[in-house]
Amino acid sequence: MISVFENIGIFFLAFFEATGTWFTMLWRTATWAIRPPFEGREWMRQMVRLGVDSIPVVFLTTMFTGMVMALQTFNGFQRVHAENFVGSVVALSILRELSPVLVGLMVTGRVGSSMAAEIGTMRVTEQIDALKALATDPVQYLFVPRVIAGIVMLPLLTILGDALGVWGGYLVAVRLMGANPVVYQSNTFQFLDVNDLWSGIVKSAVFGLILTLTGCVRGYYTTGGAEGVGKATTSAVVTASVIILLADFFLTKLLF
Amino acid sequence: MTEPSAVAISMQHVYKSFGPKEVLHDLSIDIERNESVVIVGGSGTGKSVTLKHIIGLLKPDRGEVYVDGKEISDMPPRELNRFRTRFGMSFQEGALFDSMSVFENIAFPLRRHTEMTEDEIRSRVAECLEQVHLSGIEEKRPSELSGGMRRRVGFARAISLKPEILLFDEPTTGLDPVFSDVVADLIVEMDQTLKTTTVTITHDMKVAFKIADRVAMLYGGAIVEQGSPADFQQSKNPIVQQFIEGRAKGPLTD
Repeated sequence: MISVFENIGIFFLAFFEATGTWFTMLWRTATWAIRPPFEGREWMRQMVRLGVDSIPVVFLTTMFTGMVMALQTFNGFQRVHAENFVGSVVALSILRELSPVLVGLMVTGRVGSSMAAEIGTMRVTEQIDALKALATDPVQYLFVPRVIAGIVMLPLLTILGDALGVWGGYLVAVRLMGANPVVYQSNTFQFLDVNDLWSGIVKSAVFGLILTLTGCVRGYYTTGGAEGVGKATTSAVVTASVIILLADFFLTKLLF
Repeated sequence: MTEPSAVAISMQHVYKSFGPKEVLHDLSIDIERNESVVIVGGSGTGKSVTLKHIIGLLKPDRGEVYVDGKEISDMPPRELNRFRTRFGMSFQEGALFDSMSVFENIAFPLRRHTEMTEDEIRSRVAECLEQVHLSGIEEKRPSELSGGMRRRVGFARAISLKPEILLFDEPTTGLDPVFSDVVADLIVEMDQTLKTTTVTITHDMKVAFKIADRVAMLYGGAIVEQGSPADFQQSKNPIVQQFIEGRAKGPLTD
């Protein structure tokens, strides 16, 4: 019985410690982000790595999601003779929800994990200590460029995902299900509002912050050699994904 | 501190624990300017921990660390960051940044902490590589180098900002005896030509006697014996004798 309470205690202590660390690092990253020297080259490198290199993944994910959305809703809506609304439903769900969340999760898997592995390896091979010994703050040199890249690039990827998802839906509805292209197009944009686009973009910027910072923090506190790096990588992906899903709900509920 | 001008590094009654394990227990040592001190001791006795206290990578639980009369164990992070440009530190496996070439590794501190032009940086990097007898490998990646070469590139990176204090963490561990000697010669040479205060930690007595002005033995979290290499060798302390001779039986292993 006692061990049950003990374990609950240990769990909550670890939880609060991790949360505290996360926000401390967020604060340190924010204060270093506005202070020179700025690592222009490093910022560019991370933006290419997180943004440009993620385009194929985003392409596949969002386009196929748009296609499946159209297929599924067409099937369902046909039963109540509401095929005309397929375009609106696909566009709304892609812009407001699916594109930001799916892009966030895919980039977490692709980039958040590699950030944790890279920084974790630097930790266990003393490269982090070497950075400090060379009078360079690791938060400034490693965290800031990555987090900035996340905040800037995720919205751009999401916009790309929006376009691809809507286009994928259009292709399936018109080519496969025989919807009228003109009607489908006008339906797609009929109920769409600029706010729908904005809500997705704001969310994705927050997701970009979450996935990069979590990757960096998990990597930074790696202990115990190669095994530790593996654990850090896994926990970066799991933690960031969970936070993204929770944050998604609350952002949707509170802000929009 | 007796004479602040002569003492470069002073550790005063330093205590440090990691969890339940106490690593340093009332450690005190003064290191004079331009002196080369070697701290020896068995594996896991806290040699690296001691070295990391000198450059502020670790903070003591109790006690103070002074460098040039400034207490670095109590310095705010940003001031400490700036203060570290006075140090050059070489790590066990070199700790080169593996995402960069040799040139970029050595140029890294120059780009960040000096106003040098690209040409000046290029010639300074070549100069540093020449100092460690590795000219012309600028474009190689750290993964293409042997362990000994990585170590020496680490030295080159450590001296690029012309530091006043050089710290070597196990410079010869994992190298063959001949190469250990080459590295030891190199440390002596750097110490003399660059006129630095040098602190080296090692468990290789041959290396220690070669590069030290003074040898100090770390045992039980504190300095138990120190003196010139000649005095140290003659020490009556059974701990020191056992360590120098590398015997399995004695006070160290009891």
